[in-house]
Parts: sequence; C-alpha cells; structure tokens
Amino acid sequence: MSQFTSAFWDFYIAILTIISIVACGVLLKMQSVRKVTDGKAVTTGHTWDGDLGEYNNPLPRWWMWLFYITIAFGLVYLYLYPGLGSYKGSLGWTQLGQLDEEIAAAEKEYGPIFQKFTGQDVAALAADPAARAVGQKLFLNHCAQCHASDAGGSKGFPNLSDRDWLYGGTPETIKASITEGRNGIMPPFGPALGEQGTKDVAHYVMSLSGLTSDSLRRARGREIFAQSCVACHGPQGKGNPALGAPNLTDQTWLYGSGEPTIIETISQGRNNQMPAHKALLNEAKIHLLTGYVFGLSQPPPKAK
Amino acid sequence: MKPPTDFAPAAPGVQPRADPRVDAIDARGIGLASPSDPVARSLYEIRQAIHPRAVRGWFAAWRWTLVWATQLVFYGAAWIEWSGRQAVLFDLVNRKFYIFGLVLWPQDFIYLTALLVISALSLFLFTAVAGRLWCGYACPQTVYTEIFLWIENRIEGDRNQRMKLDRSPLTARKFGLKAAKHATWGAIGLWTGFTFVGYFTPIRELLAESATLSLGPWETFWVFFYGFATYGNAGWMREQVCKYMCPYARFQSAMFDRDTLVIAYDAERGEPRGSRSKGADPGSLGLGSCVDCGICVQVCPTGIDIRNGLQYECIGCAACIDGCDQVMEKVGYPKGLIRYATTNAVEQHLTRAQMFVRSFRPRVLAYSALLWVVIAAVGASLWMRVPLKVDVIRDRAAISREVAGGYIENVYRLQIMNTAEKDRRFLVRVEGLPAAVLAGDASFSLAGASTDMATVKVRTRAGDLPAGTHKVRFVVEAEDDAHVVVDEKSVFIVR
Repeated sequence: MSQFTSAFWDFYIAILTIISIVACGVLLKMQSVRKVTDGKAVTTGHTWDGDLGEYNNPLPRWWMWLFYITIAFGLVYLYLYPGLGSYKGSLGWTQLGQLDEEIAAAEKEYGPIFQKFTGQDVAALAADPAARAVGQKLFLNHCAQCHASDAGGSKGFPNLSDRDWLYGGTPETIKASITEGRNGIMPPFGPALGEQGTKDVAHYVMSLSGLTSDSLRRARGREIFAQSCVACHGPQGKGNPALGAPNLTDQTWLYGSGEPTIIETISQGRNNQMPAHKALLNEAKIHLLTGYVFGLSQPPPKAK
Repeated sequence: MKPPTDFAPAAPGVQPRADPRVDAIDARGIGLASPSDPVARSLYEIRQAIHPRAVRGWFAAWRWTLVWATQLVFYGAAWIEWSGRQAVLFDLVNRKFYIFGLVLWPQDFIYLTALLVISALSLFLFTAVAGRLWCGYACPQTVYTEIFLWIENRIEGDRNQRMKLDRSPLTARKFGLKAAKHATWGAIGLWTGFTFVGYFTPIRELLAESATLSLGPWETFWVFFYGFATYGNAGWMREQVCKYMCPYARFQSAMFDRDTLVIAYDAERGEPRGSRSKGADPGSLGLGSCVDCGICVQVCPTGIDIRNGLQYECIGCAACIDGCDQVMEKVGYPKGLIRYATTNAVEQHLTRAQMFVRSFRPRVLAYSALLWVVIAAVGASLWMRVPLKVDVIRDRAAISREVAGGYIENVYRLQIMNTAEKDRRFLVRVEGLPAAVLAGDASFSLAGASTDMATVKVRTRAGDLPAGTHKVRFVVEAEDDAHVVVDEKSVFIVR
C-alpha cells in the first residue's frame, strides 16, 4: 500500500513543481504587456482602494530576461540534480557522495602530514618536536576533554604525564588503550564484606601506601585483603597491569586517597571506561598520539 | 502634435503638455498611448543608450580631482612596501589584515564595524547637507564611468559623433573604433581586477604569477570576475546601476529635506523657456532665462532633464550646472540658472548666506555629533590598543583535581596572540586570589604576529579555600614592555 502512495506523492510533487515553474513563465509573459487607450499615461493596471493606480515605472527589458533565465536555470537544475520527487537527477549527485569526495580530498591533502610519521617508532616520535606538535593538537582535540590539557588527568581520569600506568606504559600497551579502549572494573565488595569489613580493608589499603591508619583495623583488613583482593591487586597490593588493577602501594590515587573515597571504591566498586578510538582516528593519527602520550612521561631529551 | 514613438526619450525642448504628470512620465521615456486605438505596450523598457556630452567646468574639475585621488590610492597603495611586506594586505588565508603599521586580527572585527558605522554616518551627514555628493563625485560607479567615457570620447569622438557612429552601418572604420574602445576598456578592467586581487594576495607575487601564466584557479577567477564587472558596469551598465540596482540611490532620499543642497533648476527665472536671437531682450519676448539649448540634457549621464525638477535618477554630478553656466556666459546672462541650491532657497529667494546658515539644522548637527563621537572612540581605541590578546580557556571536564602533596589543581589553556610584528617573551602571573599560585614555569616566547597555546596549572593547598568557585585573574605581560599587558578573568574551582 505504502508503495502505491509513495509513488503518487513523487508524481504529485514533480508535477506541481513543473506546473508552478511554467506558470511563473506564463504569468511573466502575461504581465509584461498592457493594452491602453485614450492618451492616458500607461499604468500597471492595478487599482487599490478604488482609485489608487500605479504609473508604470518600467524595469529595463534585460531585467525581464533575467526572470526568464531564472526559470530556465530552475528547469536545467531540476534536470541535473535531484529535486523532482524521487528523480535522482542526471548527474547522480548525492549529499553522501559529496561528503565522500570532500573526505577523500581532505585525506589527500592532510594524509601526507601524518603519513610521514608512521614509519618512525614511538620512541623516536616522542623525541621529535615536529611530531610532538602535531600529537599535542590531536591530544587537545581528542583526549584533553577527560585527561586535561596537560594530560594530568582528574578524578576518575588517569594522569598520563606520570610514570604510573594502569595497563603498562610501553608503546604497545598505550596504543592498545587508544585503539581498543579500556574498561576497568572493580567489583563491589560492600555486600560481601559488610560495613566493618569494608572499613577494615580500607585501613589496610591506606597502610600500604603509608597513609595513617588504625592498627587494629589494619590487622583485620590484612586477612580480608588476602582472601578477596589478592586475585587482582596481588599479594603485596602491587596491582596487575594485565587486568588494569592499580598498584595500591604508591601515591597515585585515581579516585582520591581519603578514607571515605576508598570505602566507596571497595563497597560500591568502580566501572570506568576509556572509549575505543579506532573508529574515530585512523592508524597514522593513533600512532602519533601514542608517541605524544609516551613522550609525556619520558625524561626530556637532553640538550645537545 | 504627434505623440512620441514607443519608449523614445522625450526630445529636448518638448513643449509642456496640459497634464504635468503625464508630461513627467513622458519625459522619462515611457511613452503615451495613442489617443484612439488600444495598443499593446511593454511594461519593460528597452534601454536607450545615453551618450553624455563631454563637459568642462568647476564641478567637472572636482570630479576629475576625485577620480585621480581615488585611483592613485587604489592602483598605487597595493605596491607600497612596509618593513619587508606589502603595506596594505588583507591576508584572508592567514586571517591577518595589514594596514601599514597596524595588524588586525579576526578579533579586531569591531574596527570593520566601526568603519562601516563611520561610512554610514558620513553618508547621512553629507547627504543631508549637500545631497548625493558620494554618487556624483566619489562612487566607483561614477569614477569608472567617467574614465570609460573619457576613453570613449577620445576614440569615438563626442556625443554627436558617437550617436552618428552608432547609427551608421558596420564598416571597417566603425569596427576598428569599437574594437579599440572595448580593448582599452577591457585592459583597464583587467588591471582593476588584478589590483583588487592584489590587496588579498601579495601583488608582486601575483604579477610574477601572471607573467608566467601560473595564477591559481581562484586568483584567475577573481581577476577576471572583477575585471569583467568593471568593464560591464562602467562600459555597458552605467546609469542603470544607479537607477535599478543601487540601494543607496533609493534610500538617500530619506536623508533629503527642503534645506538639502540639490541640483536645482530655477524655474521661476528660466521659464517660459525658448530660443531667441542673439541680443534680444527676453523680457519683451515674454521669455525666461532658459534658452532651451538642451545642453543640460545632453551632458546628463543618466539622461534626465533637470528642468523637470528633482528626480530620483539625478546622481548630483552637476554636469548640467557646468554646461548651463557656460551657455549663460555665452549669451550674457548671469550664471546659476541651474545651481546647487536648496528647495527652500529657490522658493523663498534666500541669499547664499541664509541658505548655508540653514545647514546648521538639528539633523545635521546630530549626524555630525554622532560622527565625531564614533571617530573619537575609534581613534582612542586604536591609540590604546595593546598588541597582545589572551583567551583563558578553563579545562571543562577535569574541573578540579587532587595532586600529590595535598594540592588542589585547576588546568587552564592560555591562547596567547602576539599581534605585534616583533618576537616577544611573555610572563604569566595569577592575581586576585592570594591562596592560589601558578605551578611550574609560566613564561612563553612567541614569534612576531603569531599565536600559541600554553597550558598552565594553578594550585592551592587543600583546605585553604572553601569548595566552590573563586574569581581569579591571569595577567600576561611582555617581558620587554610593561605597557603590553592583558588582564583576563577566569575562575578557580574547588570541589
């Protein structure tokens, strides 16, 4: 049924459009000439309010031809481009086609800028000021929204400028993080440990990085930690980069080092997502970004 | 008397008819219907070529002065060099406008607005005082038409010779003359287009590219586009641009009043017009001063008869004043039958002094005051302009973070624009919030007329400031000049 009606509306619009354009031409032709008599001045023939006429203030004739040219242009346009119902136009132009052409043109123009860096390894990129300048622009466009302009991160968004890495700081792991994204999950332990148990573990965790903690709770927490936490964070709490489990013994805290924050992390868990960028950035750009991010935590190149 | 043929412009010296409205219409060349049989008439008129007669005189000299002045500036300014670059260059690609020592950035767009406001107020002021001065003397349409007419005059001869040439069949001579004229027009048009593009892309490079025929597609297009526009408008379109296309022509009448100087025909003195033998006393013949020679119509670039009164086609060029004054001199009458005068001056027989005193009327004073206020404001703003711009952009998602050592940190991006053409080092400091300090190095070197992005961190010891938003100012100062300083507001957030 809908197929019948859709065909009808196509024709309806196409015919209406053509009739309108032709009617414009007919109207123009009819209104170009007036018959007059009696030695009266030529008026346009329109009368308003009973007796208000309008003297003919003629446009030049070439102006009239502009109107006809407009009509011809409209018909030619509708023949070449889509516009009449579902008629595709003889040129086969589409918006998507134009977009593809523009993307291809941009790729041709800007591609070489990125391509010339793809051959270099990440450590070389990190030391190359030209690569870093391009990398910084990419970083500001795609990464700084979460990781901050200086890559120092924020609560829940890792600091990329320090030596501490959740998933490892090698070029390969950095590139994997950007390309595929990461999903860091800490399961909630609140229901299993109970309020006191959670607090005990929290104090043990605080003690791992030298924060002040309650000795009694610390001792109890140590036992719970050995049962519930070692699987991911390891027996010494040093973490596991393969899982993205953070090292609990250093001074880096993704969500904050206060007791309430640590309790919240343990009891409610954390589910943190770094989106995959492979669909947004091509390989050459990801390679440059990897170089930039890798370089952030490298010692600055020695002045020669 | 037989009615004029279709759409023909009224011949000069047509006798006045009974109905003045009909006469006015007839004079504009629209034509009358024949008395008895209905005739089909087009509501569009075929343009009649106007061949203005060359005219010399006081006002023509003024126009030529302005032609020379405007064209020397236009064709010349593009070639001036200024400290190693083109003095006047509107570099659209790099978004910098160079005007001698001044470099304008997109952020200075307000100056374009100011320029337009000044132009508009000047137009209002001049128009209120003396009508269409711009149209008559300085408008590019007038200026180029004047140049093209001069060329036409040199090649084809004056009005009568041109009209004869147009009527004559095509001969080798006619073809040669026309070809020479169009070639000259085309050359001027192309040079104009080239010069115009030379304000947007360095003109010397443009010349080198033209010489080797290696102009870019867009440069080629615009050179030919403006070249063709000049040729078409000044050679072919002429008065039609003023009559049918130009919006100023139409709205300037809104600035006119009865004390505005216009090109006025003194009908009281001139009428009844008529030819007379030399030395005859017009009083005894019952004639006015107008000898009906038609010179005023022949010299008119828009083809009107000023004796029909002020008309919208009149661009105020005063060619008819020059023409008429010469005739008056020849026949021994006082000059000024057609003159710059106000409607009130003509009707109330005001002296020149009385007429000029009325220039100081409220609308003129108001326009003048506004104009001077705007000019003074722009002048002051340009004088006090600091060649440094800073935008402070707070990191939005990473609002506020804890860092090692018990600090709360905010991150800002400073977009620093060194708009002077000189390398500089800038120092950044934070003011307005004693508890907050800059973390790390905060000085940045920038090349002349360049822009750079700097990331700065501001920190406070946790607990020193309550949670919430605190006002903070970034002061960026040039190391070598304490006057080059910008103070930008932002906020520091603690959560």
